[in-house]
Amino acid sequence: MALIQEFDAGTPIRVGPANVTLTIDGEQVSVPAGTSVMAAAATLGNKIPKLCATDMLEPFGSCRLCLIEIEGRKGTPASCTTPVEPGMKVHTQTPRLAALRRGVMELYASDHPIDGLTGAANGDCELLDMAGAVGLREVRYGYDGANHFDSPIDDSNPYFAFDPSHCIVCSRCVRACAEVQGTFALTIEGRGFASKVSAGGMDFLGSECVSCGACVQACPTSALNEKSVIEHGTPTRAVLTTCAYCGVGCTFRAEMQGEQVIRMVPSKSGKANEGHSCVKGRFAYGYATHKDRIVKPMIRARITDPWREVSWDEALTYAAKEFKRIQAQYGRDAVGAITSSRCTNEETFLVQKLVRAGFGNNNIDTCARVCHSPTGYGLGKTYGTSAGTQDFKSVDKADVILVIGANPTDAHPVFASRMKKRLRQGAKLIVVDPRRIDLVRTPHVQADYHLALRPGSNVAVVNALAHVVITEGLVKEDFVRERCDLESFEAWARFIADPKNSPEATEGISGVPAKDVRAAARLYATGGNGAIYYGLGVTEHSQGSTMVMGMANLAMATGNIGRVGVGVNPLRGQNNVQGSCDMGSFPHEFSGYRHVADDATRQAFESLWGVPLSKEPGLRIPNMMDEAVDGAFKGLYIQGEDIAQSDPDTQHITAGLRSMECVVIQDLFLNETARYAHVFLPGSSFLEKDGTFINAERRIGRVRKVMTPLGGMADWEATIAFAKALGVEMHYSHPSEIMDEIARLTPTFAGVSYQKLDELGSVQWPCNEQAPEGTPIMHVDRFVRGKGRFMLTEFIASEERTGPRYPLLLTTGRILTQYNVGAQTRRTANNVWHEEDLLEIHPFDAESRGIVDGDLVSLESRTGQISLHAKVSDRMQPGVVYTTFHHAVTGANVVTTDYSDWATNCPEYKVTAVQVRRTNHLSDWQERDREEGFSLRRIAERLVDAAE
Amino acid sequence: MSAEKMAKLVRMANQISDYFRTLPEAEAVASTADHLRRFWTPKMRGEIAAFAESGGEGLNRIAAQAVAALGARTAS
Repeated sequence: MALIQEFDAGTPIRVGPANVTLTIDGEQVSVPAGTSVMAAAATLGNKIPKLCATDMLEPFGSCRLCLIEIEGRKGTPASCTTPVEPGMKVHTQTPRLAALRRGVMELYASDHPIDGLTGAANGDCELLDMAGAVGLREVRYGYDGANHFDSPIDDSNPYFAFDPSHCIVCSRCVRACAEVQGTFALTIEGRGFASKVSAGGMDFLGSECVSCGACVQACPTSALNEKSVIEHGTPTRAVLTTCAYCGVGCTFRAEMQGEQVIRMVPSKSGKANEGHSCVKGRFAYGYATHKDRIVKPMIRARITDPWREVSWDEALTYAAKEFKRIQAQYGRDAVGAITSSRCTNEETFLVQKLVRAGFGNNNIDTCARVCHSPTGYGLGKTYGTSAGTQDFKSVDKADVILVIGANPTDAHPVFASRMKKRLRQGAKLIVVDPRRIDLVRTPHVQADYHLALRPGSNVAVVNALAHVVITEGLVKEDFVRERCDLESFEAWARFIADPKNSPEATEGISGVPAKDVRAAARLYATGGNGAIYYGLGVTEHSQGSTMVMGMANLAMATGNIGRVGVGVNPLRGQNNVQGSCDMGSFPHEFSGYRHVADDATRQAFESLWGVPLSKEPGLRIPNMMDEAVDGAFKGLYIQGEDIAQSDPDTQHITAGLRSMECVVIQDLFLNETARYAHVFLPGSSFLEKDGTFINAERRIGRVRKVMTPLGGMADWEATIAFAKALGVEMHYSHPSEIMDEIARLTPTFAGVSYQKLDELGSVQWPCNEQAPEGTPIMHVDRFVRGKGRFMLTEFIASEERTGPRYPLLLTTGRILTQYNVGAQTRRTANNVWHEEDLLEIHPFDAESRGIVDGDLVSLESRTGQISLHAKVSDRMQPGVVYTTFHHAVTGANVVTTDYSDWATNCPEYKVTAVQVRRTNHLSDWQERDREEGFSLRRIAERLVDAAE
Repeated sequence: MSAEKMAKLVRMANQISDYFRTLPEAEAVASTADHLRRFWTPKMRGEIAAFAESGGEGLNRIAAQAVAALGARTAS
């Protein structure tokens, strides 16, 4: 349970007109039909004692504490399971009820250990609260009877323990696992006095538990308790902030003792997560204070030199001097910067400002280059802006959910739980993915269609789906006529109706049976609200942008856009991918997706910043590396990114980095890229600064500082100091002032301020005069660009092909417990679930190569070779292998190529021709990498603090 | 400039033009050139324009025309 209590109505607040009026303890209240008496009382501030009820869960009625009396009725029904009725007269406290409750509590207490002063949940236990509330003063039965005091504690999970002796078997944990998380890992085993909570008959770690924390959150006692609370005691204060992991952007209460985080608890006030969390946000925050944190600036002249700790002043002066020298020697365009989706909007905005106004060029790019840049291009061309169309809540009204190239249960777990809930309610599911991802078949969810396409054939499949819509007369004609550009529609309809796009013709390309494509298309077009959710399995292809446009076309043609329950929704990988793109991190556009060649926009920035700005696009990350290898790009400022691990064709990236004369890394850790750096600036975690993140539903959420930056400066302060050293003055005393500037310069953010965010909790852009409280659903009456534009989407096969030498296709992805390059999660106990990257391979491909599960295998492509252990799995289709890229020592991106999306240069991570063989040694690259991991990371001199 | 880098620019230009090839040729050429102007740096555009002027081996027909159009506009 949470220490700093949020309002808990006991049962869910129902949505609808408050048209049922009843009287509770003499006070009249009107609530929506379906509301429980308990929740109705709670809205009056009347807290009926309860143990098994919480408003995150449906009413259960087991604890018998919330009994009430209703005039004209017999008995004492449970208020949690009794719905309100008009004219009902309820009494929540009578002598009879008081006696009953005290009796119930007495029984609970007789089988509950008396911890005295040493209980881990002191001050944080609803059972103790209820004992007080009902006036329990004695336990007449004593404590010597049959009890559960000696039940063994399960502490197998690294983050929480289960102490059955404190369990009251209220089933809140079991129900949370089922209703909220949708994993169904817990159950009540046994009957009567022998009944107990069980993780499927095994310990928590070995079970199907995904460690989301919902059970711990739900537990009213200390039976399920965070180990951090057991170790340190209960928190003393809480600060509302936004998670720094995936693009769901969950709101958390950072519960603290002083400057130490005791636990992160998901907040019900968070509109993206509504009180739910995953293993990363809930528990994996220990990296922030990990011993590997580098908290002193460092410099070195050559990457082979050991690092030398210096003062901030010396480091910044050195970096500035080097950048000035490089520009004087090689030209203005020889330097640039990379922003991070792990940093705040304010920090990202400052870095791009430094580049445009300070460096005098547009060589600014962001890690979204390698994930969702095709989303920007594709949705921009068709709809007029680069963002998902819905809020997360919209999925509650979806009837047909089309998941394409995304794995929400691993990469966006909190949204996946919401989606699974809707699927359990009966929504249909179509999964388009080469792998049998968990969503295809998971407890109480089964995809109606799994289109297991071959990697690289997305566009062929989306065209085939559209072909069925066009040729079978499934077009939503009134929508198209009213909302879309007809000329573009007609051209598209002619193109898509061509038999070459039919399911039968494309079956040979995609491997997906034509009948399944036809059935899926009919279901999406006619099954009610059709909602598309997609991920990097769409974008990270040579036709990534084409595929985004293909999905946008499909949604328009079927009228699935512009209302609740439908839409086209990118599931953004990192916490602030949306924001880093919104903030003008791309080299061709300012904040709000306005091209640098647009004179009016550029002049607005020039006027405020007081300097002339370039109207020419700058270098993208891949272009920067090409220019560096070619000797023309010499200086790079990287804030919070690790391109030597995350970007494709590692050896090309590191060759580029080695060719530079001054690489400035600002990061929490001495990451892989820092091996090639000359200046290291200590970064600050999300706990150490104020700012905002923007999640995948365009929601701007506040990040709030809960501890002092370990390195002495928040990232935004370090950028200001770097700018100052370069002679560029930036006058901000708080990130709120940076947001004020963003709002002034960006029409879609014109109404955003920290004051508004504090008042509303969060807002979804556009937030301006027309939409002062934000925009949950976009393109409602008109598309941002006016009429929706259909784009032609011809399938063009990737140049990356299998052949005799490389007969398999590699596709890469993520896993639940690790995050991106793993810099954060690898420094937490999450490694217990995923301690190394594995190569998933189909049994047929494994057997034909003599590979058995657990074998060390060599994975080789035309760009490089690595070794890793094999996991034989029929989740894969024959001919396709899969791995993750979370562990630097694996070097998954040594194997991926520099092929990229035609429009944006987003790398084609998802299609690499490879060969797999058994091996007994690491690859040459891995051996070299292991050696360089030491030689290029040495720190020579430790700077002694004045206080030491 | 290295041959490797030029080969990459040629591949990128061809990819762009391949997307637009479903349009009438003049429109495809104009769209390809516009894409290059909007997303490539002046240096990259200049390098491929110079390469095209020296023969442009490997550039497909639409890409070659787009690059030529780019050069003409740059020259003007």
